[in-house]
Amino acid sequence: MAFLSIERITKTFGATTTVKGVDLAVERGEFVTLLGPSGCGKTTILRMVAGFETPSSGTIRIDGKDVTDLKPHQRKIGMVFQAYALFPNMTVADNIAFGLKVARKNGAEIASRVKEMLELIKLPQVAERYPYQLSGGQQQRVALARALAIKPQILLLDEPLSALDAKIRVSLRDEIRAVQRQLGITTIFVTHDQEEALSMSDRVCVMSEGRIEQLGTPFEIYNYPKTRFVASFVGTLNILSGRVSDGAEGRIVVDGQEIVTSRGLNGASTGDALAVALRPEALSIGRANGSSNNLEGTIDEVHFLGSVVRIRVRFKESAVSLDTFNRPNAAPPERGQPITVNFGREDILVLEGAPN
Amino acid sequence: MKQSRFFPWIGFIFGAIYFLVPLIATFEFSLRMQRGTYSFKAYQVVLADPGFQASFSYSALIALLTIIVGIALVVPTAYLVQLKLPKLRPVVEFMTLLPLVVPAIVIVFGYLRMYNSSSWLPLTGSARSTDLLLVFAYVTLSLPYMYRSVDTALRTVDIRTLTEAAQSLGSSWPRILIQVILPNIRVGVLSGAFLTFAIVIGEFTIASLLNRPAFGPYMQLIGANRAYEPAALAVIAFAITWACMGLIQLVASFSPGQKR
Ligand SMILES: Nc1ncnc2c1ncn2[C@@H]1O[C@H](COP(=O)(O)OP(=O)(O)OP(=O)(O)O)[C@@H](O)[C@H]1O
Ligand SMILES: [Mg+2]
Repeated sequence: MAFLSIERITKTFGATTTVKGVDLAVERGEFVTLLGPSGCGKTTILRMVAGFETPSSGTIRIDGKDVTDLKPHQRKIGMVFQAYALFPNMTVADNIAFGLKVARKNGAEIASRVKEMLELIKLPQVAERYPYQLSGGQQQRVALARALAIKPQILLLDEPLSALDAKIRVSLRDEIRAVQRQLGITTIFVTHDQEEALSMSDRVCVMSEGRIEQLGTPFEIYNYPKTRFVASFVGTLNILSGRVSDGAEGRIVVDGQEIVTSRGLNGASTGDALAVALRPEALSIGRANGSSNNLEGTIDEVHFLGSVVRIRVRFKESAVSLDTFNRPNAAPPERGQPITVNFGREDILVLEGAPN
Repeated sequence: MKQSRFFPWIGFIFGAIYFLVPLIATFEFSLRMQRGTYSFKAYQVVLADPGFQASFSYSALIALLTIIVGIALVVPTAYLVQLKLPKLRPVVEFMTLLPLVVPAIVIVFGYLRMYNSSSWLPLTGSARSTDLLLVFAYVTLSLPYMYRSVDTALRTVDIRTLTEAAQSLGSSWPRILIQVILPNIRVGVLSGAFLTFAIVIGEFTIASLLNRPAFGPYMQLIGANRAYEPAALAVIAFAITWACMGLIQLVASFSPGQKR
């Protein structure tokens, strides 16, 4: 049985249901990220696990024990907030010691634990400083140490990096992940930044409007998105609308040109509308022979991004973007030129749900 | 742009004259107790008067109790209203403003009617219980100032996040209030406390009608019977008030854990 198991929880605020029957099982020591756009209910789920909100229905179990109705202070859960959650009136050491004092540990034990935590976050020199004397990144590391000091069963992080600037964000996410691995603590991380989610997690749980769209490893989520939403939310994606011309052989007509998917179209009948997706990195310029797909179109836009040139190719209704490397000895293609792009049969992602 | 400085200055000078001239005149008069020279004789007389010492320490004690009861009442209330019952805020704000609208004399007559010695709760029956009544009355009088200071201070801190952080670390409500919330709003609490002190020290109506030996009635008594001492007393009372204001400023500028 999973260490943390969230079973069919819903949460209703007044007339709106924010979380709609979410099931999630997190294994011991696993790092799971809730990823989704603003307002999809990520924080609400986290707050229900922490005990700050009570689910309208459903059950939350930690290590087999039903904690749905326990108060937050009875749950032994470490929480790191977006920002400004350190106690401003206490030094860093006192902040980290707070939970231990609450638990009535003796002085020597507290002192050694605080020291251990400060070393864990690589900030042994700031023990006597006040939070306002630390940078944002340091504050978040102290917040992490404070949450971990009580040896919580589960660590919850609600967009802990979003108030920081880009460089620190990247280095801190590696650090958080390293600490999490070192301690082997079961962790739920909330973010709306897909790069953060993909780079840190064992598994990513993509959410939309209070539901889980897809749960899987970063590799699965990125390469095999199950729904149109996941495909478009994670990574850049070209979506083409088409119609099935032969379901059994995986033939699809897009803007009058036929493409073939190697994965087949189980259960689809001729004439069905569907959406397929292509990652920009799967597309190359030129006509390819053999089993590859070719689509003819015209160049719509050319964006010079430095090392990469992003080209937008228009077919009739649909358009795709693709990236080529910049070569100093070859001028980039120009708008209006005809162009053929090719991609492998296996690169086509067929999305669930009707295209719109 | 030069011209725009002119009127503010006029305003400032007018205000300064309006406030300072009577004060300076009072001070000057208070120094003239000894014929022909300036001296602090009047101050010596006042400070040496056992009546002054007794009434001042009585009022100071009552002020202290008022502050304690006031903090114990206002801090949890303002905290809970802000955290859990934001809808109640207008109601609570209105209630805390009532003491500014209802005159003290009305409050005290209400008290005398409710708690007189033949009522079901005869608080005016003994001196001690009347002191209690006085403290409650003063808590009411200082409510607008105390509530406002505390509420403003609470708004400058992210109390929700701090509360939740403390809760997830296992803390109970009393500990959250005392160790996390109170220290972070101490500037507001202390300014509320000093304002309360200034109000209680100078209050006359309620103390007089409840017949308590407070500083206000004492000042009134001296004022009615002496010539130079009341002026000295007035200056002393001003000095106390200003000291309170100064302390508020001082506390606000020396608070650990906050940016200066
Ligand atoms: N206490 C509350 N009362 C009423 N509505 C709430 C409450 N908490 C959250 N909501 C609503 O629930 C929805 C989901 O909120 P939630 O904070 O879980 O989103 P989120 O996914 O964390 O978004 P973000 O990325 O912006 O933090 C929002 O529409 C929000 O307005
Ligand atoms: Mg959120």
